[in-house]
Amino acid sequence: MATATAAGAHEAHEHTHYTTTGLNHRKIAMWAFIGSECMLFGSLITTYLVYKGRSVVGPFPHQPWTDPVSGKVFPAILDIPVTSASTFVLLMSSLFMVLALAAVENKGKPGYEGLLGSSKFWLASTAAAGVIFLVFQAYEFTSFVHLGLTIKTNLFGSSFYTLTGFHGAHVAVGVLWLMTMLFIDIKRGLTPKDAINVDIMALYWHFVDVVWIAIFTLVYLIQ
Amino acid sequence: MATSAAIPTNAHAASSEQTGLWSWLTTVDHKRIGILYLYTALFYFLVGGLEAVLIRTQLAKPNLSVVSADFYNQLFTMHGTTMVFLVVMPLSAAFFNYLIPLQIGARDVAFPRLNAFSYWVYALGGLFITLPIFWGLAPDGGWFGYAPLSGPTYGGGFNMDFWVLGLQILGISSLAAAFNFITTIINMRAPGMTLMRMPMFTWMSFVVQFLVILAFPVITAALFFLQFDRFFGTHFFEVAAGGDPLLWQHLFWVFGHPEVYILILPAFGLVSEVLPTHSRKPLFGYNVMAYSGIMIGFLGFGVWAHHMFSVGMGPVADSIFSVATMLIGIPTGVKIFNWIATMYGGSLRFPVAMKFAIGLIAMFTIGGISGVMHSSPPSDLQQTDTYFIVAHFHYVLFGGAIMGIFAGIYHYFPKITGRFMSEKLGEWHFWLNFIGLNLTFFPMHYSGMLGMPRRIYTYDAGQGWDLFNLMSTSGTYLLLVSGLIFAYNFFSSRKNGAPAGNDPWGAPTLEWSIPSPPPEYNFAQIPEVTSRYPMWDLKAPDRTAGIAHSHADAGVIAEAHAVPVHEETERRTAKELGIPIPFPTIKPLLVALGIVVLFSGLIVLHAGNFPLAMATMLGGGAFMVGSLYAWLTSPLE
Repeated sequence: MATATAAGAHEAHEHTHYTTTGLNHRKIAMWAFIGSECMLFGSLITTYLVYKGRSVVGPFPHQPWTDPVSGKVFPAILDIPVTSASTFVLLMSSLFMVLALAAVENKGKPGYEGLLGSSKFWLASTAAAGVIFLVFQAYEFTSFVHLGLTIKTNLFGSSFYTLTGFHGAHVAVGVLWLMTMLFIDIKRGLTPKDAINVDIMALYWHFVDVVWIAIFTLVYLIQ
Repeated sequence: MATSAAIPTNAHAASSEQTGLWSWLTTVDHKRIGILYLYTALFYFLVGGLEAVLIRTQLAKPNLSVVSADFYNQLFTMHGTTMVFLVVMPLSAAFFNYLIPLQIGARDVAFPRLNAFSYWVYALGGLFITLPIFWGLAPDGGWFGYAPLSGPTYGGGFNMDFWVLGLQILGISSLAAAFNFITTIINMRAPGMTLMRMPMFTWMSFVVQFLVILAFPVITAALFFLQFDRFFGTHFFEVAAGGDPLLWQHLFWVFGHPEVYILILPAFGLVSEVLPTHSRKPLFGYNVMAYSGIMIGFLGFGVWAHHMFSVGMGPVADSIFSVATMLIGIPTGVKIFNWIATMYGGSLRFPVAMKFAIGLIAMFTIGGISGVMHSSPPSDLQQTDTYFIVAHFHYVLFGGAIMGIFAGIYHYFPKITGRFMSEKLGEWHFWLNFIGLNLTFFPMHYSGMLGMPRRIYTYDAGQGWDLFNLMSTSGTYLLLVSGLIFAYNFFSSRKNGAPAGNDPWGAPTLEWSIPSPPPEYNFAQIPEVTSRYPMWDLKAPDRTAGIAHSHADAGVIAEAHAVPVHEETERRTAKELGIPIPFPTIKPLLVALGIVVLFSGLIVLHAGNFPLAMATMLGGGAFMVGSLYAWLTSPLE
């Protein structure tokens, strides 16, 4: 072993390892991680809902508010059409992720030629969709601040920015992961043997998407 | 037995394995990481114990002022925080690390480097939360950190910063370890090691890992809220802005109650190994023991608000949590009875490990009974925030978790070091510990019932509390003496203890089929497991002959026991055997360091130095990410 190249030893190891279930270790760990993340986002979402309507001053998510001291009128903060667009982009990214995984799994097989069969294209598209979502979120946060809502303003601001900020951070980590995978694909080309790595990344990415569906419904759509 | 041969082979092995500080900083071997956890946690046990001694000295008599009231707050906060997060959990982690791979017939955990990372985050996080006490800046808001006392308005100093950030760091360690052990237990069991053949310690550990991954994220979220309140001016727990202190209490106890089972179930697992071995009889009701562990874990998530009966949740919520709390007494009681039934009719031996195990049964039962008293809200209202509660949880945590862990240490010391601990000193340790703990904690039932509140700095004479407090304080000094005897025994036995062979106790499970201490690859040949008690099939088949190990086995009992496990006595190097061993690496330590630096930046931010804070956080963050990439791109073995 010591004389073999490090990378060679690594690969040999991957193939000869016995596992009880036949599943990859990291895949099981990722499912456990996702279970744990459900409790994290569960706590964040619950806190947002518990505090909904309990801010003592505005602005509020769904109705305008007049400051009793200055008389200034603050519009309802949430802009559902804009966030619907970014939600659509994020949901599409899950589709791209599925196609990226399929392209890696079936690399070189008939039907996986050209741009639409290229794992690089789909990985890049997924990452791009993630970036677009983050840009939307940056725009959203900036415009909310201009409308008078910061994380310090009231309970709505505190719980809203914390919840959506945590989700945005998860998307950002996912984008970093996707770009790393894309970099590897460009550098040496991903093969069906790497599919497990893309598969695990996809699990994470789909989870982050599913969480957004919950957030979008509970925070934005339900008034 | 192999005792005579053990000494020269062990000496040979010691010379061929790596030694020195660098090898400990870079190790990824689950056994060495287990030993690191053990030593570090024992060190913090001394720290937490000395904090307790100071607390009890202050309370020995009415109106003493041995320490200042402010420092007293830091002492009780750090005593609780230390014992929960830096002592009992890591002592359990020491056993998870050392034993789980050995018990399931694996060569290491699923992610050896992540395992090293967990340890280093714990070690550095422990320093982060402990060191401030030397500057009088230790956390002072209780181990439960109730908001808004822990928030910026009422706890504006640096003290609770260290608590919030320290717990956040320690949570990363526990979570990373839990993902690792879940994967290890699901996916690295030797052929034939079905779930229902796993040793009971591994079973209880398995349940605990699920409690960790589901409970810790909740406290993580709550700590983020508190952290944001303290550092970024949010209003989560600011009453004036509509924030609700009860939200903190709910989130804390949704974590905090499962945490209680995270502390006790590993000790339950350890005594479930010790009792059958020294009763020379299989564990009574194995299946029910496993199921009751799962039941405890499951119900453990539905009882948190019994910590909050006095906040006025209303009759419906009170009733639900009251009933759930009474229910959880059932699987716990099942375990107690099964341990007793394990001993019944057995051929009993009473080494120190066995004494501690039996001690756990007795002491935990006392704590369990007072626990059931608290499940009734009217009764709890009389007891809440009094020393009665302190008596209760010290019976379950000291009398339960710590006694169980001591049983585990005496039982597994020969496996870990190849030598026995002194039984004679162990006897002194046990009896002084047993008397000391009862002398310390039993009178607290009385002082509590007489109305002495928890967490008070001092008290006036003439309230009927004086004698009980003096008793508690004397007991604490006995505990200190017993602890020092243990420490002496532990350290001197490593070199001078009588040599132990593979299987000094005649125990039934796989970890005893390999040399003591185990070679770095654990098993030269991965065993094929055909029963719950492979070593007894080999050495004492009469004990296990009639046992079915699963429904499938029922018809083929004889066959199942016909293929006993192979005992390994030879000690060769991994290289000779062609077994790949993960490379030692410093990177997990570097990532852990990056995380601690990143969090420290917030302390600097609180100090008002914005540029330095940003530099610290960005520097720590970049160092963490860089080390992480270096780690992920380097091969494991």
